[in-house]
Amino acid sequence: MSMPQPLSQSGADTAQRVAHVRDMARWIRQRALRMAFEAGQGHPGGDLSVTDILATLYFDAMRYDPANPRWAGRDRFILSKGHATGALYSTLAKAGFFPEDELTTYMQPLSRLNGHPNRVKIPGVETNTGPLGHGMPIAVGIAIAGQIDAGQNGRADYRVFVTTGDGELQEGSNWEAAMTAGHRKLSNLTLIVDRNRLQQGAPTEETVTLEPLADKWRAFGWDVEEIDGHDIAALLPLLDGSLARAKPLCIIANTVKGKGVSFMENKAAWHHGIPNAEQFAQAMQELEA
Amino acid sequence: MSAAAPQTGLFDCRDAYVATLEALGAQNSSIVAVVNDSVGSSKLGKFREKFPERLINVGIAEQNMIGVGAGLANGGKVAFVSGASCFLTGRSLEQVKADVAYSQANVKLCGISSGVAYGELGPTHHSIEDVAWLRTMGNIDIIVPADPWETEQAIRHAAATEGPVFIRISRMGVPALERPTDAQFQIGKAEVLHAGDDAAILANGTVVCRALEAAKTLAAEGIQARVVNMSSMSPIDEAAILSAAQTGAIVTAEEHSVRGGLGGAVAEIIAQHTPCRLKILGFAGFQPTGSAEFLMEQAGLTADHIAASVRKLLDR
Repeated sequence: MSMPQPLSQSGADTAQRVAHVRDMARWIRQRALRMAFEAGQGHPGGDLSVTDILATLYFDAMRYDPANPRWAGRDRFILSKGHATGALYSTLAKAGFFPEDELTTYMQPLSRLNGHPNRVKIPGVETNTGPLGHGMPIAVGIAIAGQIDAGQNGRADYRVFVTTGDGELQEGSNWEAAMTAGHRKLSNLTLIVDRNRLQQGAPTEETVTLEPLADKWRAFGWDVEEIDGHDIAALLPLLDGSLARAKPLCIIANTVKGKGVSFMENKAAWHHGIPNAEQFAQAMQELEA
Repeated sequence: MSAAAPQTGLFDCRDAYVATLEALGAQNSSIVAVVNDSVGSSKLGKFREKFPERLINVGIAEQNMIGVGAGLANGGKVAFVSGASCFLTGRSLEQVKADVAYSQANVKLCGISSGVAYGELGPTHHSIEDVAWLRTMGNIDIIVPADPWETEQAIRHAAATEGPVFIRISRMGVPALERPTDAQFQIGKAEVLHAGDDAAILANGTVVCRALEAAKTLAAEGIQARVVNMSSMSPIDEAAILSAAQTGAIVTAEEHSVRGGLGGAVAEIIAQHTPCRLKILGFAGFQPTGSAEFLMEQAGLTADHIAASVRKLLDR
């Protein structure tokens, strides 16, 4: 089969790539917020903080084929913070894994688009997340499989991406997986930490201190890059595979929970708060910008 | 450790497990083994020698081990994840639920030294809850093999079938059961090992050989007790259980808690369809220290006690 070509490999220049990802991110934010508003449930704060990461991965960096979602050579993405399904489903629909119309069924009775993703039912989902601290070990397992198969049996080498929340890093299973990845030098693995500094009810640093977070990852044998997680131009070169690495990469993406909606930004209450009609209208207007 | 060197004629089912895995591994390069520092206790040393790249030791990290297994499956591997059953299931139960069962990942969980194999080490190391925990999930095959042949069949079934499987492997010595030469293992099917219509003994794992012995004793007294090997715990053979209920008296016997295992499964089915007298033999809760054999005796998981339980149900 012909290999799907990500935008990053298409010869487009950086400005074009950034503009395209921004367009996609704008659409995802609005769509995700509409989903939460219409469902009366969801996690808008985390949807909005992770959107630029998802948009960069799916509309610039990753290689996949929505017509053949289990293609063995695909790049893999795991949303370990599985509650950000507004953003994830919008992204997968926009990428062509299922019809955009279906997003209106979000969390409706018997919809396959439940509050946390299900790989058995939804094309493009790699594993069923929801309970926190599950994505990293699975991503490590996929990366080991990729390492075993690299260049063998006609298989394309693939890359593995996983996004965790920051509060989620309080789960010990992440660090078990971090040790394994560091030990095995899984250079095909990239973790993006959605570092919005807020967990469900309070700042991470008031709950259980995560800092110095970059030092922790370095100590576990990872390369670390710290960036503004809404700066697409900064995300592109870290995610497009253009830099050869000898270790797994942790990108600490400093983000803003509720990004793009003035009254939601940096407010823990919007972790799973739902806007009323007036707030929704204002938010959609702000997200148009 | 309770187990001395296996007595003559008794087999450690781990040997059948690893021999089968090595044979399958030679045929299928997708087969990998994942362990939690348990190469020795899972007897996977030879597998590692033969296929060094395909033995993945994640260290003492069971939650990670299950997730890594699910990830390897995502990458096209057939992942046999082996560890002491108490930790494999208990420590990482949520990973088993979300990453393996609910995600329908092609992961094969091999619970080693299950039941009270680690008798003297105490309840932290006993694994008498594992079947109950996993049985509630519904979409994971659960097999409790009774002897080396059935262990091999269970491993072959797991390798050949896409999806989650849990295989509960003991280290207690068991004899090779006598079977017709054309015997076949079939998931979801119970195996009648001894015919009889006066009562039925439903057993699995290390207790099947004891149930057969009990049936021989009873036969000499004129009681014909059917012995059914319930190695397939999920899916379970409801027809075989309902047929056993037609005898009017069932004794279940398992190296497991009396709550939620084989006895529980049988009770769920007969209570709704064909109520009959029922005695559930197994462990009533956390066990004291003692050898595996001592604990089995205490719990009544002996041929003599199984026979006595049948007599009691029949008022004889």
